[in-house]
Amino acid sequence: MALQSPSLDVGGAILVKPTPASAGRGYWQSVGRRLRRDPVTLICAAILILLVLASIAAPYLYLADPYKTSMLRRLYPLGSPNHWLGTDELGRDMFARLIYGGRLSLFMGVTPVVCALLIGGSLGILAGFVGGKTNMAIMRIMDVFYAFPSVLLAISLSGAMGAGTENTLLSLTLVFIPPICRVSESVTTQVRGFDFVDAAKASGASAFTIVRVHVLGNVLGPILVYATSLISVAIILAAGLSFLGLGVKPPEPEWGLMLNTLRQAIYVNPVLAALPGVMIFITSICFNLMSDGLRAAMDVKA
Amino acid sequence: MTNMLQVRDLHVTFVTPDRTVHAVNGVSFDLARGETLGILGESGSGKSVTLRSILRLHPEHRTRWSGSIKLEGDEILDMAPRALSDLRGQRVSMIFQEPATAFDPVFTIGQQIAETVRRHTGKSETESMKRAKDLLEMVRIPSPAQRLKAYPHEMSGGMRQRAMIALALSCNPTLLLADEPTTALDATVQIQVLLLIRELQREFNLGVIFVTHDIGVAVEVSDRIGVMYAGKLVEMAPVERMVDAPQHPYSRGLLASTVHDGMRGQRLESIPGAPPDLAEVPSGCSFAPRCKFVRPDCTTAVPALRDIEAAHAVRCVLAA
Amino acid sequence: MDTLLPIQDRGGPAQPLLLATGLRKHFPVAGGLFGRTTKVVRAVDDLSLSVAKGETLGVVGESGCGKSTVARLLIRLLKPDKGTMVLDGDPVDEPHGITVNELRRQVQMVFQDSYASLNPRLTIAETLAFAPRAHGLPAAEARERVRDLLSKVGLDPANYATRYPHELSGGQRQRVNIARALALRPRLIILDEAVSALDKSVEAQVLNMLVDLKTELDLTYVFISHDLNVVQYLSDRVLVMYLGKIVELGPVEAIYGNPQHPYTRALLSARPSMDPRKRTHEAPIQGDPPNPIDPPSGCRFRTRCPFAEDVCARVEPPLADAQFQAVACHMRVAGSGHSKAMAA
Repeated sequence: MALQSPSLDVGGAILVKPTPASAGRGYWQSVGRRLRRDPVTLICAAILILLVLASIAAPYLYLADPYKTSMLRRLYPLGSPNHWLGTDELGRDMFARLIYGGRLSLFMGVTPVVCALLIGGSLGILAGFVGGKTNMAIMRIMDVFYAFPSVLLAISLSGAMGAGTENTLLSLTLVFIPPICRVSESVTTQVRGFDFVDAAKASGASAFTIVRVHVLGNVLGPILVYATSLISVAIILAAGLSFLGLGVKPPEPEWGLMLNTLRQAIYVNPVLAALPGVMIFITSICFNLMSDGLRAAMDVKA
Repeated sequence: MTNMLQVRDLHVTFVTPDRTVHAVNGVSFDLARGETLGILGESGSGKSVTLRSILRLHPEHRTRWSGSIKLEGDEILDMAPRALSDLRGQRVSMIFQEPATAFDPVFTIGQQIAETVRRHTGKSETESMKRAKDLLEMVRIPSPAQRLKAYPHEMSGGMRQRAMIALALSCNPTLLLADEPTTALDATVQIQVLLLIRELQREFNLGVIFVTHDIGVAVEVSDRIGVMYAGKLVEMAPVERMVDAPQHPYSRGLLASTVHDGMRGQRLESIPGAPPDLAEVPSGCSFAPRCKFVRPDCTTAVPALRDIEAAHAVRCVLAA
Repeated sequence: MDTLLPIQDRGGPAQPLLLATGLRKHFPVAGGLFGRTTKVVRAVDDLSLSVAKGETLGVVGESGCGKSTVARLLIRLLKPDKGTMVLDGDPVDEPHGITVNELRRQVQMVFQDSYASLNPRLTIAETLAFAPRAHGLPAAEARERVRDLLSKVGLDPANYATRYPHELSGGQRQRVNIARALALRPRLIILDEAVSALDKSVEAQVLNMLVDLKTELDLTYVFISHDLNVVQYLSDRVLVMYLGKIVELGPVEAIYGNPQHPYTRALLSARPSMDPRKRTHEAPIQGDPPNPIDPPSGCRFRTRCPFAEDVCARVEPPLADAQFQAVACHMRVAGSGHSKAMAA
């Protein structure tokens, strides 16, 4: 992973690696050191790791069947025996549904951002490094997309393509390409202005080699930080689309969809109806705080 | 001449979660009214930190000070915020290396100088503007009436630096602090600004502390020169004495390594190594690791700044 | 690819290593709503120079005189709008000449800002190996070269190869930058304010090293600086620039000992005196250098020149041979119409 590699190999071969005895402290090592001293970021990361692990391991956690309905056990309150987070409007176990819901919600949050990162990041770095007319062409197209509010764009794309997980992913990816592209372009333009890029050009290296060795290592950090902050937006947007009936279809457990179907129960058991919202809130705030923490930790020269 | 400024055993330490920097480690000097003291040193020597301490410009929460800075008998390190803001601008003014940062880009030069005059003297708007015009005339800015209406970015570097001097002198301070004010200027402009500072200093009988890394600049403006190294004054002498007979090995090295006329073809005398890390308080002479005259007793205790003759003090065990 | 051996001399010692003729670079200043260019910065105008093999050509001038643009033109980080360059007999970037990449194997550059010119994410060894690797040198040989380069610039390879730029002092970083410029075994090195950001005691170390490297590796330097003393110390010939033009060019002794152009004289006497008994009492010229956007007509120095006359505004003075040096001033051209000029 790019995040963990303190040294880029040059021209395909690994060069002198820092030896422990006289090794210098790399940038990522000092970032790690700063992160370890930041309890908020660490707690957020721990919660997120827990959520991800629980989602992955959901089938093996001896949870109740999240699809099994029961007309008799509808809307049990929190703390009921066997259903300690209660049951939903169709009598399904809330705890199981929240954990299973995390699978889809997190997937819907992370996947479009990763896809958009690959596409938007590449476009942005290309625009930033090449500059001139290429930059103009790419960035003006992005500006057109940028002109729409992201929610509106997601809704109209999903609406046009129809409901369903794939279409939601696709529309969310399209929504996130322009902002990531913009950030990538601006950090790349900044790095391109440094003398070490000129020195690399003066050495006669190809543009591709210069980008790989000198640009990527300096721009990936800020781009990744920004992308992390988008994950929470993606989760909320995905939940919103599901809530509107444009995303995941019932009976799939998904936090946004659960929020939608439980809204009839809001007068009967408001706490229960709020639970999926709480999960969305916790997840997105954790992603946001973690992104802030990463930004702070990376905001150092040394 | 009476001493207007007395600095005694000043220590300044910056504390951040990452590291501690002992920037100034026991600086003492006096300044008389109408005298120009040049403080010469390389980057990290503590010269700027010392200067800024006189106005207490360092962020309060991560700076620790000890010692004493007395201006006309008033202790600056003990001043309350109110007294401090009266001190800044009224009694002591400062000019910086980068004049662009001293001015707000959205107001004209005239507005900014007049505003400062009004705040400190309570003069009316028209009076303050008139004073601003006089000040620009005083720093020899051509066609001052028009320049009052100029925005900072519309002026050249040299003009901005003159305008900053005008701003600094707007409230008749008695002490002017100059932090490398000509370093960013071109050669032909630098000499103009140096001459201007010298003239104004004489005209208003100002005390001036002029911090620079450039020996030539220090020689042009100073009556006395203090050389700083690793947060300490290592030598202080009248300018002629400093140029003719520097005593501290560092001062000697610094003067010898400065390239000037007639050195072509010669090998330059250089000081090996680099200045020390200021994370710890040194236990001996800070210059010892780079000094070619080092002796065993250099590292056992910090040498004292001793007077070797009238007005010439050296911090070296070898000086006699 | 070859294994990056030093390039052999071709034209013999009398042929200039680098010959630039009529170089011009104007930068458009974007303005208006749609980025239409309304003004141009005339950074370098009709500049010709030659660099002899083994010499150091000093370039002096104030900010905005175009000296950094010249550096970037000579190594083709900027493409000139006009003009030609010939490297040891080979035209650069022309049908029968050498490519820009071949030029850059023989011409390298050291930048002023030692921090910005090193990639903060790479170790010193990685930075130094980058260019040789990009030119196809095998990894083992590149490692060997890195060690060699570090020893050449006085840094212990065992101690510095694995460090990062922020762990080095300014002087050490600039040594690394010089080592990087040497990595491809070039013949000409352009030093753009390479010692200006260093402290005096460190500057002296680096200057000594530059002198040693020049002899050891048979190098030629173009040394660009605003510091007249350092240029005098290092250069064999000196070129004085003002607002994108050469005003005077000649051997260092002539330029410093007998300057002909009023600007060169002003520049020299603006140096602070090192003797407190001989302080400067009057600034040699007043005012700031004008903006290189819309420079003055005719002689560009006339707005600050104490001897300016009508002819200076009308006619641009040619760079004409005077006694030992070439000067661009009407006072030195016989029959130019200036009252101080000799009759034709």
